[in-house]
Amino acid sequence: MAEEMRVLLEYADKINPEIADEYVKIGGYVGLEKARKMDPNDLIQEVRSSGLRGRGGAGFNAGMKWSFVPKNAEIKYVVCNLDEGEPGTYKDRIICEKNAQALLEGMAICGAAIDSNQGYIYCRGEYPFIVKLLKNAIKSAKELGALGDFNIEVRMGAGAYVCGEETALIESIEGHRGEPRFKPPFPGVAGLWGVPTVVNNVETFACLPSILTNGAAWFAGIGAAKYPGTKVLTLTGDTNNPTYFEVPTDYILRDVIYKLGGGVKGGKKLKAVQVGGTSGAFIPESNLDTPIDFDSMGAIGAALGSGAVFVMDETRDIVDIVSRISKFFEHESCGKCNPCREGTFRCREIMEKINSGKATQKDIDNILLLSRVMKKAALCGLGQAAPIPIESTIKHFADEYARKIV
Amino acid sequence: MITLTINGKEIQVPKGTMVLDACQQAGADIPTLCYDPDLRLAGSCRMCVVEAKGRPNLMAACVSPAENGMVIETESPDVVESRKIILELLLARHKLECHTCERDGSCKLQDYCYRYGVTDSRYLNEMPHFSKEDPNPFIKRDYDKCIMCTKCVRVCEEITGAQAINVEDRGHHAKISTVFDGKLADSTCVFCGQCVMVCPVGALTSKVSAGKGRSYQTQSVLTTCTYCGTGCTFELNVKDDHVVGVTSVRDSELSPVNKGALCVKGRFGWDFIESEDRLTTPLIKENGELRPASWDEALDFAANKIKEIKAKNGPDALALFSSARATNEENYLAQKLFRAAIGTNNVDHCARL
Ligand SMILES: Cc1cc2nc3c(=O)[nH]c(=O)nc-3n(C[C@H](O)[C@H](O)[C@H](O)COP(=O)(O)O)c2cc1C
Ligand code: SF4
Ligand code: SF4
Ligand code: SF4
Ligand code: SF4
Ligand code: FES
Repeated sequence: MAEEMRVLLEYADKINPEIADEYVKIGGYVGLEKARKMDPNDLIQEVRSSGLRGRGGAGFNAGMKWSFVPKNAEIKYVVCNLDEGEPGTYKDRIICEKNAQALLEGMAICGAAIDSNQGYIYCRGEYPFIVKLLKNAIKSAKELGALGDFNIEVRMGAGAYVCGEETALIESIEGHRGEPRFKPPFPGVAGLWGVPTVVNNVETFACLPSILTNGAAWFAGIGAAKYPGTKVLTLTGDTNNPTYFEVPTDYILRDVIYKLGGGVKGGKKLKAVQVGGTSGAFIPESNLDTPIDFDSMGAIGAALGSGAVFVMDETRDIVDIVSRISKFFEHESCGKCNPCREGTFRCREIMEKINSGKATQKDIDNILLLSRVMKKAALCGLGQAAPIPIESTIKHFADEYARKIV
Repeated sequence: MITLTINGKEIQVPKGTMVLDACQQAGADIPTLCYDPDLRLAGSCRMCVVEAKGRPNLMAACVSPAENGMVIETESPDVVESRKIILELLLARHKLECHTCERDGSCKLQDYCYRYGVTDSRYLNEMPHFSKEDPNPFIKRDYDKCIMCTKCVRVCEEITGAQAINVEDRGHHAKISTVFDGKLADSTCVFCGQCVMVCPVGALTSKVSAGKGRSYQTQSVLTTCTYCGTGCTFELNVKDDHVVGVTSVRDSELSPVNKGALCVKGRFGWDFIESEDRLTTPLIKENGELRPASWDEALDFAANKIKEIKAKNGPDALALFSSARATNEENYLAQKLFRAAIGTNNVDHCARL
């Protein structure tokens, strides 16, 4: 695995993430100490110039996000998004299991930057063992005094994918139905309990200690210039090596599959790869030489998203896979807005009709029309992204659809 | 002030104005289903979407603050396409029976389908069922006609304060429900009918007015509720000289006291108007029998009795119980009469009980 570049996972399995002292011994909490001595504006500027962009999917510059938080607000919160609901994604769990203290340190660095002493971690409901791990890790860090006056509470989700969307997550922490809010106002201005709140992904926070310790320029120099740093990827599907990797962000998708992944299972040919989770576009073989960074993925109509890489071999039935995906979105739509509540339902109906060989070209036209409206008019990212697998496969794998329609 | 361009027309609005209001000022009629100026914003129906130049997605006008330099189209091909598809999606889950619906002629779904020429839905397939029988005398809940605007939920919470209903379940299973999906009568519902007032379609209707005439068949007569001294404004719906219903007037100029909100009595309790039992003259009891009398006679009778009792047993032998159906001013005069003219402090009021 010479090709990996481990920053977040450098000490994976070498330290116990629950014990703050072990983390300190390998240079942990130095970044936080440095951050605390800095003027908050300089700290935000430092993070901004490192080029660190959100690892949760939207790729927003972290320092820039923090700079929108009003300085004069009395109470502010730091929220960590550990909902990790994207199928095939488990990188945030790995980061916690291998290096939870870096996440805690990152949150405290954010607290120093925006002048907040309260953090919340919103943990996926299916990860009760991570909740336990984090609580122990927090206790250990508090006992050591490593977090200073910064407090962190862990809150648990109840299994809704949409609660990974930052405003639905906030609603859920507040004890309401997990439904997204309209934006603006953005959480940075009015978030948890109506006060300014920074929501960042686990991996985003976990990048911060090394940025502070090694300097923004060091981080900016790793990987793709516009989306620097490393990225933890989780490889699933028809691969010989279904596991996680940490790579610089200019790493090529083909190398993820063939070098790190050891190629397609059983020596078969590749049909498609879906990056970024269930709402990602299906990427055909011809686009494999694309770097995994946010903008390069965007340029081929795909998205890096959470960093899940799902490999499908030549025998896979694309229409069948997409119809299963459409069922996922039907199930996970929160039901707040019309285009998504009704749209994901009808998408699933039409996809199943196509899959069962009963559809005509008219059904394809209808689902494309519906997809367009969902992308343009749905309230949140779930409804806007749900049709992407459908659209991208109708575009790149038209023959697979043609075979099934009458 | 900020300047923006709406359908090619440049307008100026104060900072903080929503795009919806700016559009209205520019003369553009934006369709809305979930928007209500008196309720918390939802931004969920997406009917009000408009196109802002340079933005990849359409924006919901009701929840988007207007920004300086925005260039907005309110009926662009993308906007119209989205609105049509949203209407088609709603129709695909709708029990479309306008011919017998109480809201025929005053229904936003019907109006917008008409406006955008949506006759049919290409997404008609499985028909979900949300309808439920709710055995209460006032409100018919037919959720097979519900468009999930959640105005009923918000009005119940924010104006009535009852929190009787909310959204249950998620995705296309989401529906309006009381706690544990029970009857309204077993919830905290007070049957004020505010939910019926805000419902833009025929999902919530009055059982008391059912079948008695639709909005275009009735005449509205603005008046004041006689039930209590609050003096809420409402409209009597009159058909062929008979009252067939009560509807709210939400305009605060016309309805300054209640702005459309009513209680169960005002909204649903108007059947007394033509009741056989209704008193039409004062009655005087003689030898254990009540007989009709004129107002003059009745008042003289009461005044004489009061004087008689006071002369015989003193003023404290008398007491006044006044009614919440009278106004504050009338109640003030009544207690004044007893304290100053008759000379007793034995004064009480039904609202205290
Ligand atoms: C439907 C939906 C699900 C999401 N799920 C997650 C998630 O599981 N984890 C996450 O970090 N971000 C998720 N996001 C993105 C968040 O809304 C938000 O952008 C992110 O937490 C911001 O953190 P970042 O800037 O560090 O990436 C999701 C977004 C949508 C629309
Ligand atoms: S797009 Fe889907 S998940 Fe998002 S608010 Fe609308 S219904 Fe809910
Ligand atoms: S609610 Fe509106 S569209 Fe539905 S049946 Fe009644 S009048 Fe027709
Ligand atoms: S009648 Fe009044 S209290 Fe009952 S659900 Fe409707 S708004 Fe709420
Ligand atoms: S019952 Fe009426 S007001 Fe309530 S959500 Fe349905 S359509 Fe809207
Ligand atoms: S009226 Fe704007 S989203 Fe419903």
